[in-house]
Amino acid sequence: MTPVLQVQNLCKHFEMHHLGQRLMAFEGISFDLHAGEFLLLRGPNGVGKSTLLRTLYRSYLPRAGHILYHTTEGRVDLARAADVDIALLRRREIGFVTQFLIARPRVAAEDIVAEPLRRAGVAAADALKEARRWLDEFGVKRDLWRAYPTTFSGGEQQKVNLARALILPQRLLLLDEPTASLDVGARAALVRRLGDLKAQGVAMIGVFHHPGDVADLIDREIELTTSEVCEDVAV
Amino acid sequence: MVPERTVGMTQTLSLLPPQLMTTPPLLTMTGVSRRYGDVVALHDVSALVYPGEVLGIVGESGSGKSTLLRMMNLEDTPDTGDYRLALPDLAGNLFGLDRFARRMLCATRIGIVYQNPHQGLLMQHTSSGNVAERLLIAGERSFASLRARGRTALEASEFPLDRMDARPIELSGGMQQRVQLAKAIALEPALLLLDEPTTGLDVSVQALVLDTLKRLQRDGAITMVIVSHDLGVIRTMADRVMVMRRGRVVEQGLSDQIFQDPQHEYTQQLVHAKL
Repeated sequence: MTPVLQVQNLCKHFEMHHLGQRLMAFEGISFDLHAGEFLLLRGPNGVGKSTLLRTLYRSYLPRAGHILYHTTEGRVDLARAADVDIALLRRREIGFVTQFLIARPRVAAEDIVAEPLRRAGVAAADALKEARRWLDEFGVKRDLWRAYPTTFSGGEQQKVNLARALILPQRLLLLDEPTASLDVGARAALVRRLGDLKAQGVAMIGVFHHPGDVADLIDREIELTTSEVCEDVAV
Repeated sequence: MVPERTVGMTQTLSLLPPQLMTTPPLLTMTGVSRRYGDVVALHDVSALVYPGEVLGIVGESGSGKSTLLRMMNLEDTPDTGDYRLALPDLAGNLFGLDRFARRMLCATRIGIVYQNPHQGLLMQHTSSGNVAERLLIAGERSFASLRARGRTALEASEFPLDRMDARPIELSGGMQQRVQLAKAIALEPALLLLDEPTTGLDVSVQALVLDTLKRLQRDGAITMVIVSHDLGVIRTMADRVMVMRRGRVVEQGLSDQIFQDPQHEYTQQLVHAKL
């Protein structure tokens, strides 16, 4: 079976012009990821786990290597794809989940959550209904649904963020510590949702401060080390 | 070995042409150069904007970003360059159009909001009259219809309708920008150009105007080009960003990439200088 993603010799460094320095993030990263597979990135702080996720999402530009992503319309190298192609894939099938919500002034929680569905062409009433279901699932109190999350606590903002990020099933999901500082109920809801998505065939790559949170979902692990070589460890 | 993206930048992979995006760009500008005497305002600038997209243009004063926007609004003609909009009944280089054709095109298919409301509005006419003027140019003659369409546009710009007969000169800066916006969108243009639309407004008013623009974008999928020296504004609004300096494009990329992983030395300075 063709993998969803084939990463080959991926390399990233940062050129800091004002210091005249080059900061190596990682190099020689290679792995395959199949539909419904959950890959855990391991390694000490600062080793480049989040950097790798951001490079796969193209928030960071890779220095060399390939990120071959197989779509229904053919193979795309995310390392070199046009910006408009990346934007299109992000709208349709590649998701990035962080612990931080980008709240906007004067936009209600339920509208923030419904937005990915609206952009995918779902009717306003249906999108809103689905958004409320997920806010409820993640434990956001009903009287907050129409409020502006700019005023919410960190924990509540994070629940809104997760509901938004996971409302539309993607083909590839990048998870950057989504469980950090979540309460027990929301964490359970998140693990349930990830399990459902995995069963639907969504491929996932995640960084978790406490991998125990998602222990039952993990299929494979990759250990990133400071020597910039990576080892593929089967669980 | 993979070629470098641009001279003076970090060595990164050069990007491929679009493969999944099959819709052609709405706006295609190629090789636009303009000198004013000895001053090079624009040097070989090219830009693509796809339907429904928001392109942000950043750069310091004198970078050429506003000049480029004026070119997109056909207010000036470059020394060399080609400009096309993928619209029905519109072929060839738009810089070759005569004055009348330019005026019609700008009135009916392109909307613009200037930093200075005096540039875009007749300050002594009513707000609704300013919006109606745009509709008159396009041939609307029925008073009832003018009034109704003006009202719709003002409402979409979140302008308080009980003030629609107030003159812009009597209004606050934020409200003046909403009148400009209503005038710009009254004819549902294919392209909306925004030149520092929130510069000079209070921060809270700025947030409201940006939110209105976001709503318009979400509901109507209007293609926009927004010019600002304010990186926060660009970050909030733009899908893709073009960085200009001394009349040249030094870098372009996805909005999050430009802000999180700027490649060019100048972009790094710009991003790191932001509070």
